[in-house]
Amino acid sequence: MGWLTPTMQDLLLDAFWETLVMVGASAAIAVAVGLPLALLLQVTGRGGLRPLPWLNRPLGLLVNAARSTPFIILMVAIVPFTRLVAGTSIGTGAAIVPLALAATAFLARLFENALREVDAGVVEAARAMGASRWQIVTKVLVPEALPGLIAAVTVALVSLVGFSAMAGAIGGGGLGDLGIRFGYQRFMPEVMATVVLILIVFVQGLQSLGDWLVRRLSHR
Amino acid sequence: MHPPSHHPADGPAIRLAGLRKRFAAGGAPALDDVSLELRTGEVFGIVGRSGAGKSTLIRTVNLLERPDAGSVTVMGRDLLALDEAGLRAARRGIGMVFQHFNLHHRRTVAENIGFPLEVAGMPAAARRARVAELLPLVGLEAKRDAFPAQLSGGQKQRVGIARALASAPSLLLCDEATSALDPETTAEILALIRSLRDRLDLTVLLITHEMGVVKAICDRVAVMEAGRIIEQGRVFEVFTRPAQPTTRRFVAEVIGHGVPPGTLARLPPAPPGQQRRLAQVLFLGPHSTRPVISEASRDFGLDINIVSGRVDEIAGEPFGVMALAVCGAAAAIDAAFGWMRGLGLVIEEDVAWAG
Ligand SMILES: Nc1ncnc2c1ncn2[C@@H]1O[C@H](COP(=O)(O)OP(=O)(O)O)[C@@H](O)[C@H]1O
Ligand SMILES: [Mg+2]
Repeated sequence: MGWLTPTMQDLLLDAFWETLVMVGASAAIAVAVGLPLALLLQVTGRGGLRPLPWLNRPLGLLVNAARSTPFIILMVAIVPFTRLVAGTSIGTGAAIVPLALAATAFLARLFENALREVDAGVVEAARAMGASRWQIVTKVLVPEALPGLIAAVTVALVSLVGFSAMAGAIGGGGLGDLGIRFGYQRFMPEVMATVVLILIVFVQGLQSLGDWLVRRLSHR
Repeated sequence: MHPPSHHPADGPAIRLAGLRKRFAAGGAPALDDVSLELRTGEVFGIVGRSGAGKSTLIRTVNLLERPDAGSVTVMGRDLLALDEAGLRAARRGIGMVFQHFNLHHRRTVAENIGFPLEVAGMPAAARRARVAELLPLVGLEAKRDAFPAQLSGGQKQRVGIARALASAPSLLLCDEATSALDPETTAEILALIRSLRDRLDLTVLLITHEMGVVKAICDRVAVMEAGRIIEQGRVFEVFTRPAQPTTRRFVAEVIGHGVPPGTLARLPPAPPGQQRRLAQVLFLGPHSTRPVISEASRDFGLDINIVSGRVDEIAGEPFGVMALAVCGAAAAIDAAFGWMRGLGLVIEEDVAWAG
């Protein structure tokens, strides 16, 4: 363990923190934007509470376009936008922009699927009881879909850990960046292995937490 | 939050007139000129095969389904004339119970029952008090904090019923409310609906594909086929004097003249010059005590075998049903049947005996 000098420990800790910030911030943005987007897609879709094809189709196309663009290309393609928002195109802050964008599109679809799983009968019962559309969204759709929404966030978080390593490789910092710089460029396979181990444990932790929450909230 | 009160003198509780609905252009209509009136306080059943249009019809009563044509008047109010907010308010005065219960999986029993009150904007404390009144009404005091997944089908439907009654509606719609339940639980839930009707002065519209449900709790019944109402009337009348073939088939499920095939095969052949005929005889009301069969046998010179028989009750009125094997001269049998019909008995010879 001679390679694990205090300096290297600090580097690992900083890198882990940067990964946490990238994943956490972009996930928070993705949830905040993705959930309203998913609700809009669900409500305006065919058989939704208020079908509006003229809104639903373009919105769906936009989300699909963002989803089908490979992350590495998306990251490069939106550099001007990233500069505009973050003031720079490198560093952890800048990496959050493309990560949040990709995660938003990804989550919007996962959320939409979770919302679609809500028993149509429960929605119909709420309509029969005189609930407004807004009440149906806030009191039926979202609460009933909550376990599915949490499962979707878990999936998104795990994907974001992977994407953040990619973003890190082109100047974003984080564990992925550290692993590449030391493990690959300076021939220190121990560092690479440690980074991978931390990522595995981290992802496993996220998944277990998500699964536990889903189980707790389901009542099925 | 209560709907404007409606008095029996104001007219029917529900008045549907000339309803038409077609889901696919050019397809068969789901509703084809349906008109119906429910009297305040009655339990009205609509029976029909799957796909007859029953659900579409009951869903027009609270406009979950908008008809293409016709009018929907509930408690004297024209629902089609209401705006969104008005319709939502009107719906709060109409309770609805569903085949698959449609409970919120992540809400407790108490939270499910309180949902319509929450939607109506009732404060939490008042809601709790109202839910506490409703729980004993459906016998679920012990389950107030349970989740739907922890309940049996019958208990889930009790929650559905309590929820439908939370806003103190005067009208209850039941869409196949017992079709997902076993026979014993079905009887329990039907008894509950009937007793709630009596205690809370409800008017109940229920649809079902089971004639047994109609027999158990309805006052009047309409039979639906291919989007039309083909027959309607008091349950006892419809059961004992069905006019349409479809109605007869439905009634047969419950009146049950099932005679084992073996029994029919064992009947001896008629002697030469005589006939042996099978007939189903319904004894209604006052005649059920008169010794009609021995009189017929004696006065018309017939041999009468009782193949099967039982006494039953529809909507509280007793009736007897028998399968008779009658042996004698054709003219004597005809005369005997004519005499029995004159007494008010219903005699049918062209029934599907095996069953
Ligand atoms: N939302 C719908 N879209 C298209 N067709 C429908 C819809 N609801 C009912 N139908 C059709 O209308 C007819 C009547 O259906 P329904 O009222 O559900 O019958 P029932 O309740 O008697 O089984 C059926 O042919 C059914 O397929
Ligand atoms: Mg139906």
